[in-house]
Amino acid sequence: MTTNASTMTAKTATQNACKLCTPLGACLAFRGIEKCVPFLHGSQGCATYIRRYLISHYKEPIDIASSNFNEETAVFGGSHNLKLGLKNVTQQYKPQVIGIATTCLSETIGDDVPMILKDYKAIMGEADLPTMIFASTPSYTGSHIDGFHTAVRSAVQTFATGGAKKNMLNLFSGMISPADIRYLKEILKEFGMPFMLLPDYSQTLDGGPWGEYHRIPPGGTPTSAIADSGSAAASIEFGSTLEAKKSAAGYLEETFGVPRHSMPLPIGIKATDRFFALLEELTEKPMPEKYEDERRRLVDAYADGHKYVFGRKAILYGEEDLVISMAAFLREIGVVPVLCASGGKSGLMKKRMLELIPDLEELEIQVREGVDFVDIENEAKVLKPDFLIGNSKGFTMSRKNELQLIRIGFPIHDRFGGQRLHHLGYKGTQELFDRIVNTVIEYRQNSSPVGYTYI
Amino acid sequence: MKGKEVMDTQNISLLEGRQKQVYEKTAGAPEGDIACEKTSLSGSVSQRACVFCGSRVVLYPVADAIHIVHGPIGCAAYTWDIRGAVSSGPELHRLSFSSDLQEMDVIYGGEKKLYKSLIELIDQYQPKAAFIYSTCIIGLIGDDIDAVCKKVAKEKGIPVLPVHSEGFKGTKKDGYKAACNALMKLIGQGSTEGISKYSINILGEFNLAGEAWIIREYYEKMGIQVVATMTGDGRIDDIRRSHGASLNVVQCSGSMTTLAKEMEEKYGIPYIRVSYFGFEDMSKSLYDVAQHFPERPDIMEKAKEIVRDEIKQYYPEMQKFKAALTGKKAAIYVGGAFKTFSLIKALRTVGMSVVLAGSQTGNKQDYKNLKEMCDEGTVIVDDSNPVELSKFILEKEADLLIGGVKERPIAFKLGVAFCDHNHERKIPLAGFIGMYYFAKEVYESVMSPVWQFAPRKGGVK
Ligand code: SF4
Ligand code: SF4
Repeated sequence: MTTNASTMTAKTATQNACKLCTPLGACLAFRGIEKCVPFLHGSQGCATYIRRYLISHYKEPIDIASSNFNEETAVFGGSHNLKLGLKNVTQQYKPQVIGIATTCLSETIGDDVPMILKDYKAIMGEADLPTMIFASTPSYTGSHIDGFHTAVRSAVQTFATGGAKKNMLNLFSGMISPADIRYLKEILKEFGMPFMLLPDYSQTLDGGPWGEYHRIPPGGTPTSAIADSGSAAASIEFGSTLEAKKSAAGYLEETFGVPRHSMPLPIGIKATDRFFALLEELTEKPMPEKYEDERRRLVDAYADGHKYVFGRKAILYGEEDLVISMAAFLREIGVVPVLCASGGKSGLMKKRMLELIPDLEELEIQVREGVDFVDIENEAKVLKPDFLIGNSKGFTMSRKNELQLIRIGFPIHDRFGGQRLHHLGYKGTQELFDRIVNTVIEYRQNSSPVGYTYI
Repeated sequence: MKGKEVMDTQNISLLEGRQKQVYEKTAGAPEGDIACEKTSLSGSVSQRACVFCGSRVVLYPVADAIHIVHGPIGCAAYTWDIRGAVSSGPELHRLSFSSDLQEMDVIYGGEKKLYKSLIELIDQYQPKAAFIYSTCIIGLIGDDIDAVCKKVAKEKGIPVLPVHSEGFKGTKKDGYKAACNALMKLIGQGSTEGISKYSINILGEFNLAGEAWIIREYYEKMGIQVVATMTGDGRIDDIRRSHGASLNVVQCSGSMTTLAKEMEEKYGIPYIRVSYFGFEDMSKSLYDVAQHFPERPDIMEKAKEIVRDEIKQYYPEMQKFKAALTGKKAAIYVGGAFKTFSLIKALRTVGMSVVLAGSQTGNKQDYKNLKEMCDEGTVIVDDSNPVELSKFILEKEADLLIGGVKERPIAFKLGVAFCDHNHERKIPLAGFIGMYYFAKEVYESVMSPVWQFAPRKGGVK
């Protein structure tokens, strides 16, 4: 890990964490499967806190059931509670799928959830039961992004069947915004090849008004499509630090021989070009004119705005994959991401960044894993960036140090419309570029003695 | 896009094991108590949190202490600066500290890591005290946090207080108790010099959006000294000398009655229960305190004067709101039941009736009172969930829901107005001015033209 110009001292406690806990990611992923209810096997509090947290970003009802441990459960095991909970949630929500994730507590007491589920099925009779997906997500072994990927992989393991190859693509798009998911779906449709995108919470977490309470909001990846993923022609998987052995596409490749194409999140022109090239190759169709146009507009905008951003320094934080891809994009427009930080700890961040930014070291770009906001703030004082880019959690630091914050990713709970932000593709890059340029302009305009009205 | 969903919300049946926690006040309804104070039913999507949540809520506003959550990261991350409790000075409470246990700590125990964390944090932030919350995992792996706290307290010379708040060991109420235990250890440690005979502690007022300042000002205008506001804009030194006060005034009965009772036992300080929501209850809470000092009629005089002046100031605006809101119906689902009583009265002040009243943590007496207070046809629920709440909101055709963050999207999805009455609010709703803000917020949400587009109003195609 780089330590150049670092002010960091080793500290024991985490102060203002730059990560969330594993089951949160799993619940989010489960929300992207059609007719699926997330279920946390553990204490009530975890489910409630996670719901509250997700609600503050998505502003949608998010029902997560819990097996609600009590003292007895903790001593004698969660089998009874889990079974009763599954029965109740089935009765009340009538789900087709229940996505079960463990919390630290059920993991630590060593509940054998697959065994309990087997037992439950035997008692209840398999026929009318919802399908159960199980993700083991103790929080002390990772962060929310790990829980997310574990749940996606579990879903595929549960549903995917092999069989004759179909003319179909899988896209595992990672933890992105509902708006990004919609955009990706639009792109895939334009290429005309059937596809399965997992998870798809574009509607379940950013939907319309209801006349009645939807116990499970409409939308999500159909389970039949997940079943087909084993016979797809190929999988595309976003995520620089997501390794095959932990990923859904990796599982499909290993089990059913579906080729896995892993790439960073397509942010910036180069990464998006790569994504479209991959789509052209896999679908054997040229990029639709519409996206050629989007690309042209973006190149044009880069030219129009380049002087405002060249040489500006940014501090970037958030999920590792997002940070890596954002950093590559920033380099494309001449911004130096002087610090790229994440609370995650894949151990791969710097390596992956070097692949995308070969002059990383010469530029003295610091890459830090496993950090919290106190670390980042300390660095900010030394590095004196022009602005911050990351989620809402950096607001306190931005206010205290008078640094502008450009909000991206998750969570955005101090602004409106976080779920509708684009980050990916030419369109998403365009939005990000415009925001960054405007941030610089606004700063200049406000700090200019004249307060000019033309730029 | 999917075809039409089967709309069957209103035909849902209550879960087995929940029926007794729901009651509809009708002529033929069976007598008997509403079941309550039970742990939530497994698989029911309860709106409740956990023991830790209860402790964190109570102690959160103590601003010159550091709050360290011992366990894996989640519990600390989700409670980082989440509440609207403001401070007039230090702001240590707004930081989030966690021992962030990793796999090896879980296997070998987290005491060493906690000890090191504590020493480093105390050195760095120089707090007046430290609260250490033990979360679920700690209860399981059996870390002796008491011993660690004792050791650090001795080394650093500040109170280091364990808060036994393992999430699964009860309900939110048990968390209140754990918090009160921790506070009790502080009380009695400070000097009571300079405390007047006409003095009170304000308990269970968390200074959300500065509410404690509003309340404090009323009492001070009456000539009463406020020793400690536990825990709104809380200070360790004030808490330590709070046993010198003559009376404890307890709001939010659920959270701090335990403490008031213990202080009564140990220090002979009587307590009264009050509420600061709504003109009616706010006035009463001033009168009740004044009555406690009969030898000083000037205090009562002053209280009356405050009530008169304040109500006069807001009366005309309130009439405007009332004219618009009369006949509209509200649903209430909040944490404590005591708050529900005030809200019912406050809503009546602006012409609204209540069709659903519920709480996460009410007790038998609370629900008895509710039954008496509510109009015919009102549904009363304990520890409800989104499915039930939405069912009743729609069935009873509520125009407004009052609740917290988790209830908000339910209302908005269904095209129902909403008023946030939980711990995250940024506008004060306590006191006379608070009642004005409350009425204004209710008015602005209920009367908004956006609801015309809601499907239930026939708005959306
Ligand atoms: S116990 Fe684990 S799962 Fe639950 S909130 Fe804490 S970190 Fe998250
Ligand atoms: S239930 Fe336990 S682990 Fe979950 S939030 Fe509460 S204390 Fe933390």
